[in-house]
Amino acid sequence: MKFTLEIWRQFDGSDENDKGRFETFQVEDIDPDASLLEVLDQLNERLSREKQRNIAFDSDCREGICGACSLVIDGTPHGPQQVTSCQTYMRDFIDGQTITIEPYRANTFPVIRDLAVDRGALDRVIQAGGYISTTTGPQPDPNAMPVSPEVQEQAMDAAICIGCGACVAACPNGAAMLFTGAKVTHLNVLPQGQPERQDRVIGMVEQMDAEGFGGCTNYGECSRVCPQEISIDVIGMLNREYRKAKLTKKSKPDKAMTTQ
Amino acid sequence: MIEYWRSTIGKKQVVAITGAILVGYLILHMLGNLNSAFGPGADEARVDWYAHWLRDFGEPLLPHGFVVWVVRVVLLGAIITHITGIVQLVKRNREARPANFPARRIGRSVESIAMLGTGTLLIAFIVFHILQFTTLSIHVTPVEPEEVYANLYYAFQEWYFLAIYLAALILIGMHLRHGVWSMFQTLGLDNPNRNAKLRHGSTALVVVLVAGFAAVPVLFFTDVLDPPKTTAVITALSGVPV
Repeated sequence: MKFTLEIWRQFDGSDENDKGRFETFQVEDIDPDASLLEVLDQLNERLSREKQRNIAFDSDCREGICGACSLVIDGTPHGPQQVTSCQTYMRDFIDGQTITIEPYRANTFPVIRDLAVDRGALDRVIQAGGYISTTTGPQPDPNAMPVSPEVQEQAMDAAICIGCGACVAACPNGAAMLFTGAKVTHLNVLPQGQPERQDRVIGMVEQMDAEGFGGCTNYGECSRVCPQEISIDVIGMLNREYRKAKLTKKSKPDKAMTTQ
Repeated sequence: MIEYWRSTIGKKQVVAITGAILVGYLILHMLGNLNSAFGPGADEARVDWYAHWLRDFGEPLLPHGFVVWVVRVVLLGAIITHITGIVQLVKRNREARPANFPARRIGRSVESIAMLGTGTLLIAFIVFHILQFTTLSIHVTPVEPEEVYANLYYAFQEWYFLAIYLAALILIGMHLRHGVWSMFQTLGLDNPNRNAKLRHGSTALVVVLVAGFAAVPVLFFTDVLDPPKTTAVITALSGVPV
């Protein structure tokens, strides 16, 4: 197979004068079962031989579970198949077609170089409450903390989020509601998450706003590109948890939990 | 409370609640309108009686027209809050994405994309609607104070007024088809087990609402409803323009 690749090149995203542009590359003799990232690898090898600058892009596990890869392929985050970018194979495209590859487009995800963006904003949302503060100790009796299968399923359906950020890139508002909703749902339905339930949702929503993410207008595009197929039900959960926390919370965040 | 309004979620929830108030009013307005469908009546048109009843409501305990004015103030407050919230949210949302790279449409509905457009046009329509039937300032067709049935009858004899009102109903239908369901999602009143019911229920509510509103002008235009019996208006129609 052969393709024309339109790839976004931007040497330094933090440089205001470097606006970035598309560069066109021709690739030939491509195995239909090669992944798009492998095609980029081949292209980079060629660029190295030609003493040209390689194309920067993120990847790690290349088996669709780490959430590092972050390409916008033909305008859709992660490409046409609702899988991660690394799981996008060349057989998904038509021989000879032009494929446009861009970085995630969101002001909260500044471009570092070419296709690599800084998704630190999502990490800071996690730091604002996406954890539980348990002290270590002997393993508790499993029966002491019953979790019904339904609750467990709900938590796991949300916990499956790999934090790739495709939801933000797909959202016309650049909102991180699906991501934050998944994290809040995951921890707030489980018994281990109860002590910090309200602080968690308030902290994460405040951080989300402080980072400059937009708000949800219920387009549902996030869920349509999510490689883990997380439903926008988690956004409903986030809205509900936030409303309840704001209406019922009386005191300032209780620091006693974290300083034990 | 200020913190709540400042957060994107809190502000959107206020927008949802004010939207719900407006939808609640639309339901009452639609039901009230249907009084016109009883025709001009033998003595007084039922819709005229209804209009008087609304203004006399609570008398002598409450002053004349009190309820109507309370509703007007609440609606004005709701609309202003609704618009203020949305304008601020839209500004935030636009700042969150690079302007020259709009998000590709993958599956979002036409209604959801058009929310801002339908909302803006609806404000224009509401102004026109109040000028026509509340302040009676549009004198294309004869309008007389206290003559609700006659005013409606003569207005909807004209195809262009029918067209304006039906177009506005399409806008309302589009705005609410996304808006009503969205309200449940935004307030977190949804639940995976009943989401499908909420979506279908919202669509059904919108269909009933639009059909109920459309019935009155269509019935007038197709002459299913008889002309008004009030003499004052008939002389106004045959004589000099009002």
